[in-house]
Amino acid sequence: MSLLTIDDLVVEHRSPGRPVVRAVAGASLEVRAGEVVGLVGESGCGKSTLARAVCGLNPITSGGISFEGEAVTPLGLRRRRLTGIQMVFQDPYASLNPRRRVGDQIADGLRTSGDTTTRPADLLERVGLPRDFERRHPHEFSGGQRQRIAIARALAARPRLLIGDEPISALDASAQAQVATLMRDLAVESGAGLLFISHDLSVVRLIADRIAVMYLGRIVESGDTAEVWANPRHPYTRALLEAIPAPDGLGVLPAELPGDVPDPADPPAGCRFHPRCPHVMDVCRVKDPTFGPVACWLHADDGPSAPAAAGRPEKA
Amino acid sequence: MTLDITGLKVSIGGKEVLRGVDLTLQEGRVHGLAGESGSGKTMTGLAVLGLLPHGSRTSGSITLGGRELLTMPPAELNKVRGGEVAMVFQDPATSLHPMLTIGRQLTEHMRHHLGLGKREARARAVELLGKVRIPGAEEAVGRYPHQFSGGMRQRIAIAVALACSPRVLIADEPTTALDVTVQAGVLRLLRGLCDELGLAVLLVTHDLGVMSAVADEVSVMKDGLVVETGPRGRVLREPSHPYTRSLLDSLPDAQIDEGGR
Ligand SMILES: Nc1ncnc2c1ncn2[C@@H]1O[C@H](COP(=O)(O)OP(=O)(O)OP(=O)(O)O)[C@@H](O)[C@H]1O
Ligand SMILES: Nc1ncnc2c1ncn2[C@@H]1O[C@H](COP(=O)(O)OP(=O)(O)O)[C@@H](O)[C@H]1O
Ligand code: SF4
Ligand SMILES: [Mg+2]
Ligand SMILES: [Mg+2]
Repeated sequence: MSLLTIDDLVVEHRSPGRPVVRAVAGASLEVRAGEVVGLVGESGCGKSTLARAVCGLNPITSGGISFEGEAVTPLGLRRRRLTGIQMVFQDPYASLNPRRRVGDQIADGLRTSGDTTTRPADLLERVGLPRDFERRHPHEFSGGQRQRIAIARALAARPRLLIGDEPISALDASAQAQVATLMRDLAVESGAGLLFISHDLSVVRLIADRIAVMYLGRIVESGDTAEVWANPRHPYTRALLEAIPAPDGLGVLPAELPGDVPDPADPPAGCRFHPRCPHVMDVCRVKDPTFGPVACWLHADDGPSAPAAAGRPEKA
Repeated sequence: MTLDITGLKVSIGGKEVLRGVDLTLQEGRVHGLAGESGSGKTMTGLAVLGLLPHGSRTSGSITLGGRELLTMPPAELNKVRGGEVAMVFQDPATSLHPMLTIGRQLTEHMRHHLGLGKREARARAVELLGKVRIPGAEEAVGRYPHQFSGGMRQRIAIAVALACSPRVLIADEPTTALDVTVQAGVLRLLRGLCDELGLAVLLVTHDLGVMSAVADEVSVMKDGLVVETGPRGRVLREPSHPYTRSLLDSLPDAQIDEGGR
């Protein structure tokens, strides 16, 4: 059974005197227990809004979110906190209290899960930090260490779903892959699902079993990470992958995707990607491809996991 | 103009963080600097700008067109910094003031360093924004940083760095916080500026793909020392130091090819 199911979710932001921003505009996604799903897409495409809705922090306009078969509603937030969704944010201070000792904050999580045998220092050890750090305060650590502490605190509550919203983007470049791999290992080890949101495709590729590509409020393509990588089908997914420079020493500048992410308050008609798409056809300007797994008129007949095409690299 | 770093040593609080760094930046060339966290890449950049933390002890030499920067009197160094040598950081928020219009940030810099008049400075600000491809530059000068996307903010930070026609640009992880699609634009911009203006660029990045795309020469640091230097193609394809090889082997591609995720 699926752990988290998001079905045709719409989430809107309303602020006085401004047009309604439909940040999530009909997105569907699943996360299974023990599975790592990477959610990628350009800044402003709605990744955080989706994650916050899953945690009950943003009201849902339409569509549904269910966690272990039960509907997620903003009111159910407190119960759900007890029942198993934990989030790690970009800024570790969003999950940690600067004035309390690290050990005490981890102990709170342990209390939530009713765990009386694990000690806070045990969790510090699991995230690769010395046991005696429990007596210190968050400001005494580097960014990478603080994010490890935030992960230890989240894990203490024994979540069945862990969500990381850009948990590595504030870290020093070289600590990013380490912390991402740690999150994956700890989630999988405890049988939890992990929804890992990041704009860093190379890290997502390293840790995710499945990948979901978001564009302007929609999931435009999803599938097995290796398959999407070897055979990206949506033109936007292709553009993303082509923009990653290869470390081949040849001095090739990566391809640039023209234009910016459009304003979600005023999305283009038809296919939302059409103003930037190199393959745009007449139908794209008028009809919105709302189907999956690849939301594109070029792939209207594709099945869920189309067999990987010839381009797939040989494995040794 | 050439920037030469030789035998640069820096200690902070009794700990030697740079242990004899040698690097040469040449006009019209991008020199990429890679290496793990804490190896001293940022400290090397800061040393060139004379912006090391208080109480740092420095020895060795950093010369810019023959002038020694390490022993230069503060007033003179101040003119070099932000004038002939400029810097761009990972987070554009570090370079941009949130409460000032971007026009103000560009022109103040120029009026201070170049002694330009108000009108002249404004005209140059608009020209610079055009150069870093900010659409509607005439109108954009009146806007604040938060009114731009992350990629645009980094382009603006680059425009600010270019305001006083520097000869040397130090860019520390300038695209790490950006989307890949936006990164592609910033890398093209950096490469173009280097070629067009004959800038000497030090590009600090942990991303060997980024390095491969824009750097002419590549140096690799480990524990406060440069362990390998050479042309991009050689260092990335035939690394001679085991540490460089281990960096290349730890790339997701290499790991996935070995069947281990
Ligand atoms: N303000 C400071 N005070 C004392 N030591 C410092 C300070 N800043 C950095 N260091 C130390 O100097 C060394 C080099 O740090 P530096 O910031 O140059 O690394 P880096 O190569 O840029 O790493 P990264 O890839 O994480 O940015 C490290 O040992 C670091 O702990
Ligand atoms: N609290 C809010 N009020 C109004 N608009 C918002 C709010 N939060 C996000 N938005 C808008 O919703 C869209 C999606 O934002 P977000 O979910 O933060 O994207 P991402 O996490 O992918 O960068 C953006 O256009 C953003 O400006
Ligand atoms: S539907 Fe049309 S415009 Fe949209 S991605 Fe596919 S080809 Fe491009
Ligand atoms: Mg976000
Ligand atoms: Mg650094």
